[in-house]
Amino acid sequence: MRELRIHGRGGQGAVIASEILAEAAFLAGHYVQAFPSFGSERRGAPVAAFFRMDDKPILVRSEIYEPDGVVVLDESLVTLGLANVTQGLREGGFVLLNSGKKPEDFAFLGPFTVATVDASRIAVDHRLGTLTAPIVNTAILGALAALTGWVSLEHLEEAIRHHVPVKPEENVAAARMAFHRVNVLEAARAGR
Amino acid sequence: MKSVIKGNSAVAHGVRLARAQVIAAYPITPQTSIIEDLASFVAQGQLRATFVKVESEHSALAACIGAASAGARVFTATSAQGLALMHELIHWAAGARLPIVLADVNRAMAPGWSIWTDQNDTLSQRDTGWMQVYCASSQEVLDSVVQAYKVSEKVLLPTMIVLDAFFLSHTHEVVDIPEQELVDRFLPPLDLPLKLDIQRPGAFGNLVFPDRYMEFRYKIELAHREALEVWRQVDEEWGRLTGRSYGLVDSYKVEDADTVLLTAGTPASTARVAVDRLREEGLAVGVVRLRVFRPFPGADLARVLAGRRRVVVLDRNCSYGHHGIFHQETKSALYDLPERRRPQLVGVIAGLGGRDITAGDIAAILRKASHGELAPVSWWNVLQPEEELEAAVACK
Repeated sequence: MRELRIHGRGGQGAVIASEILAEAAFLAGHYVQAFPSFGSERRGAPVAAFFRMDDKPILVRSEIYEPDGVVVLDESLVTLGLANVTQGLREGGFVLLNSGKKPEDFAFLGPFTVATVDASRIAVDHRLGTLTAPIVNTAILGALAALTGWVSLEHLEEAIRHHVPVKPEENVAAARMAFHRVNVLEAARAGR
Repeated sequence: MKSVIKGNSAVAHGVRLARAQVIAAYPITPQTSIIEDLASFVAQGQLRATFVKVESEHSALAACIGAASAGARVFTATSAQGLALMHELIHWAAGARLPIVLADVNRAMAPGWSIWTDQNDTLSQRDTGWMQVYCASSQEVLDSVVQAYKVSEKVLLPTMIVLDAFFLSHTHEVVDIPEQELVDRFLPPLDLPLKLDIQRPGAFGNLVFPDRYMEFRYKIELAHREALEVWRQVDEEWGRLTGRSYGLVDSYKVEDADTVLLTAGTPASTARVAVDRLREEGLAVGVVRLRVFRPFPGADLARVLAGRRRVVVLDRNCSYGHHGIFHQETKSALYDLPERRRPQLVGVIAGLGGRDITAGDIAAILRKASHGELAPVSWWNVLQPEEELEAAVACK
């Protein structure tokens, strides 16, 4: 079983990202779960969404406490200390951040594989959202596909087209670009 | 066709496939997206139904009662305070013998204000004459909605389909959405024997004197007794059509179990993971899920649990001043077993107000129970009043 937590701010599309990811994994024949943090979401406030995939039916119906990886849609959650993004993260797990910085700049997060992709830039370049509020969730999923191999780019593209009502092709293109632009610092080297 | 949808959407698809004709509902978290999906189906022409917007849950059920009295297949959905507000008409719907189907997304009652799951909202409606089905997957939610119409229309009793807030309502998972043609074969159009009909004028809901009231009530009881068998048959028929059936009680690794966990709703699904884990440790444990709660399958429970050493009943609810409701009901079901076949029974209350019940929690509960370390009744993972005070002070 694979378990993922997605951190973001209300309105950034963390929940939709978990749903698109679930659809992509389903297209590859996996069993999936995707769910939001069970609370009241507010625009701009820290939120989380969750994702599970397995090759057999998923019977566990509780929240995720020890994910294999986390995705951070907004690096200010880390730099401002608004969310403990590595909480419960398994040793050797990964942190994928939306950031224009190098992964080395986040090596302080601990003994994890750290990856960055400038999803905000990619989103803006594809006219997704606005300069101040770019819609980054589809781009970051492209980077996640490249980083983990959990889902293929093809299945991700199909899931995006199915899920995104506005500018589906721009979203697909953003995911594809991020797939090729993710920077990775492997766990062995991280944490130094 | 298999799709990735959330539990609330599974309800809506079930209602669409059942061809409900009148839907009246009032929004309340975490139920709202059920009726949003249905409103969308109606607006897009995927469901030919009248969607009645009302100003309260009381009116929602009143509209359903009116439409059902005229012979329409109806649906409503609600949660917690909304269900409580319906209470007067919940009794009316059952007393009038209307085959209404209602989905309740289990939500804890306020105060303290909560949008998270527990079972006290629906269990507060236990004695109203409604049938109640507690689901453990979104697939089961969809299937149970369709089954409920068939059972309700056969025995003329309303059904409450119950699903856990968030753990089902807002969780996306793979659900096989049946074809309309398959559901049409299973569920014929509703043809109520008695309904409002200007060709055959009649009066409904009249004053009933003491010489007759009891007979009306006795018929509700008889209908419930019949419904046990009807649920069994309808579930089996659905199984033949789709390959999916659930039973009245759903048991897992119970045959050779020493200690059995009994619960309802999604914790029963998570419990299977805990059972597998403990089996690897060599503990003979199993799990029984109570799916149909009204009518109460007491004989089935007694049959499944007879001869087990111990049964732990996990209640996400409480009858204050007594104990967990499923605990009490299970105890009553086992009382008539001969003493040597009657399991020891312990009750644990857990997960109120949406507090998570993890596989680790259930494994710990079962491990303690297996070693005889659980008190006859207890609350799981709860702060004592003095600890709670300390925690509050520490926060400041």
